[in-house]
Amino acid sequence: MKAPIAWLWIGAFLAFSAAFMVAPAAMLAVQAFSDDDGFTLQYFAELGQYRYTTAFQHSLILSVASATVGVVAGGLLAYVLQKPAAGRFRALVTSFSAVAANFGGVPLAFSFIATLGTLGLLTTLLKSIGVDLYGLGFSLFSITGLTLVYAYFQIPLMVIVFTPAIEGMRPAWREAAATMGASNWQYWRLVGLPVLAPSLLASWILLFGNAFSAYATAYALTSGNIMLVTTEISAVLSGNVTSEPQVGAALSLGMIVVMVLVLIASQMIGRRAARWTVKS
Amino acid sequence: MDRQIVNNDRLGIGGVAVLGLAGMFFAVPMLMTAAFSLWEGGTHYGFAAFRILLQSPQLLEAMALSIELSLATVAALVLLLVPAMIFMHLYAPKLKPAFDFIASLPFVVPAIALVAGLSNLVTGPEWLIGTPFYLVIPYFFLALPFVYRSLDIGIAAIDLPVLTEAGQSLGAGMGQIIVMVVLPSLRASLVGSALLTLAVVFGEFTFANVLLFHTYAVFLNQIGQHEANAAAALSVASFLLTWGAMLGVLLLGRAKAAKTEGR
Amino acid sequence: MAAIDIAGVSKSFAGRQVLAELDLAIANGELICLLGPSGCGKTTLLRILAGFIAADAGSIRVAGQDVTKMAASARRMGMVFQSYSLFPNMTVLDNVRFGPRVAGRPKAEQLARAGELLELVGLSSHAGKYPHQLSGGQQQRVALARALAMQPQVLLLDEPLSALDAKVRLQLREEIRRIQRETGVTTVLVTHDQEEALSIADRVAVMHDGRLLQIARPATIYRQPADGFVARFIGAGAVLDGITEPGGVRVGEVLFPTDAVTTVNAGSRVELFLRPEHVRVAADAGDGMKPTVAAEVREVTFLGAQTRLRMAVAGDNALWADMASEQAEAFKPGDAVYASWELGAPRLMPV
Repeated sequence: MKAPIAWLWIGAFLAFSAAFMVAPAAMLAVQAFSDDDGFTLQYFAELGQYRYTTAFQHSLILSVASATVGVVAGGLLAYVLQKPAAGRFRALVTSFSAVAANFGGVPLAFSFIATLGTLGLLTTLLKSIGVDLYGLGFSLFSITGLTLVYAYFQIPLMVIVFTPAIEGMRPAWREAAATMGASNWQYWRLVGLPVLAPSLLASWILLFGNAFSAYATAYALTSGNIMLVTTEISAVLSGNVTSEPQVGAALSLGMIVVMVLVLIASQMIGRRAARWTVKS
Repeated sequence: MDRQIVNNDRLGIGGVAVLGLAGMFFAVPMLMTAAFSLWEGGTHYGFAAFRILLQSPQLLEAMALSIELSLATVAALVLLLVPAMIFMHLYAPKLKPAFDFIASLPFVVPAIALVAGLSNLVTGPEWLIGTPFYLVIPYFFLALPFVYRSLDIGIAAIDLPVLTEAGQSLGAGMGQIIVMVVLPSLRASLVGSALLTLAVVFGEFTFANVLLFHTYAVFLNQIGQHEANAAAALSVASFLLTWGAMLGVLLLGRAKAAKTEGR
Repeated sequence: MAAIDIAGVSKSFAGRQVLAELDLAIANGELICLLGPSGCGKTTLLRILAGFIAADAGSIRVAGQDVTKMAASARRMGMVFQSYSLFPNMTVLDNVRFGPRVAGRPKAEQLARAGELLELVGLSSHAGKYPHQLSGGQQQRVALARALAMQPQVLLLDEPLSALDAKVRLQLREEIRRIQRETGVTTVLVTHDQEEALSIADRVAVMHDGRLLQIARPATIYRQPADGFVARFIGAGAVLDGITEPGGVRVGEVLFPTDAVTTVNAGSRVELFLRPEHVRVAADAGDGMKPTVAAEVREVTFLGAQTRLRMAVAGDNALWADMASEQAEAFKPGDAVYASWELGAPRLMPV
């Protein structure tokens, strides 16, 4: 039954993936670890500079905040959308989420600048009724602002990724708990949330990765004024900084390692969740 | 202690609040951008920005390029990924974790890092890196996570081994089975994947910009630096168009499904 | 333990009436089965009883208390679902002690009670396992133990055996009956399997299109079905349309003898109902048998100890007869035979 042509195709796909995904990463590794004389760790040492450690800090804070906002808001939204009463919205929201999850970069940054920038329409509107956003300390061009903007694609992503987990929750659990006298809160605390926990965690990790590796939106919004790992890499690439290109490679490699670890963790946890909702 | 019967299927106040807040959060920036696109300076409002856009030849060129890239990427996905997935499910299900991993990788490996590595790795041949269709390679991987997930769900919903065996027992070869039986059963996933790829390709900026190809996103960025209103108009228009297309396909798919199930 | 009084309950979904002014009184400690085909409303009634859905009209009283508007969590009714109702993140023991736990009982009491019930269903050695490690039958037994752990006043079962293998189904059926007798809890069981209902219920309530057609003890339902639908639904049997005459029912051109005609006006249309175990078949009409009817054998089905014959009578009407398989060897499709029965065997139902 094992058709050789099947293996040809599978092999082709795997080879293609290896060549264009794994190989560049390997290339970066080589570049990061070598200079004209051979193997060296000097470029990694440069990562200890203030600008890079700060960039990592900023990226981490932004990613944690953005992932948390996405999981909570997206999770709630996914839950509400699962109710039969929300049925007529479902097609609307599914299609919207698919587009919004990919909406980023310049158009997104632009939309938010037009809305909440210093001269944005919403800012002006609020000022006219006495609420001075920027006077109160808010700025779109800060980590907080970025978190808000990122939410525009993080929340839809959460809805897409988390909905199957919600759909896997059996109504019989909730009903059984009710017949035994459990209140809503007791059900969620003892059954609902524990069952969803692995999926929530896996989704959080995915959203974290998505925020950590985002570039276009951050750049379009802040033009590199806020130090993030992604913008630092592009700065090195475009020669705007005095660092060697190998430092860019080192940064990139660092990012890739973090991301791959994030991914593995997410998949391991996600698989455990699937066991519960599919089998029993 | 006597609680009243509660219908959990209803939205309730909390549900309405959540939907309302979400709706506002997602609609407001769009609306503001749309309003901005109609601004002509001072207190004038009109469609000047849109007129400028429609008269720009670069827009059409950029759109054409992006559409071509989308189609090429979809073709690459259908030719390489779909059969590979089908064969994996039939003959090598143990490879699924490897496929899952590869499919999630583009999601989290930063594009900016990848473009750096790719530029270093692939320095030729000239015919490959000179043509914009070189972008199909990274785009294949950018669309992969979404397309893979969509196809995975589609394949899980049909009983692939049974369908294949039924086809074989009736005398069909593997190629015929894929084209005549499996692909039609996956129609919803395939269409969804095509649309997702379209969304990804049109939204992709990093690779195109660094590699200096004039795709839609690059054009949008350039315009945004001179004609802000036009950029605003374009942002809104493209979002709405893509959304409308997806919604249309979703609803059409549902109507077809209802018909085939004889409702 | 309580008596349940369901009065005038109606329910519609999206314009379709699913339950029509249903009245049902359930006695303390009895096991009653709601039996009927898909869509008859039996599950809806059960869910209204449980408190998941509100009825459009009518009332429900349990032990004299009006629970019509009460939430499910306040009703103290244990429920066993068709499948997949055990909490996957908890062990068997934790599942079973869930009821006492949310009621705030002390932990020692929770564990003791859970232990008791696991003993009752015979799964004490599985206390530390997770639901996905159990078979379907074991899961349902745990579900039963869990429902009983909080000492409910009523036990509700929604097609608890439908998802199980045939053999497991039979075993579990007996278990349910045994446990119900031991605990004495008032039980309502919904099923579409008439054999299941007849074998374990104290009373069976046959439902169709949102109405109760008949409530009676299993033997009564079987021997004296109230109408054509119940007759067809319960057990096997032939239903023939005819007109009553003195001495019998005329089906087509043939007279079917029965002594039941005196209770119905002669000359009226009836449905004649005859179960296969009451029909005897012989190769010829003679040798002093009771009045007989000519028939042609159409099919012979071997069922093990018994064999069932399908015959054509009075034209193309079907009539079945059961006999010991050794006897059945004498017959084959196409044979011309004679069918007979005791005069009191057929049941007449007005059309």
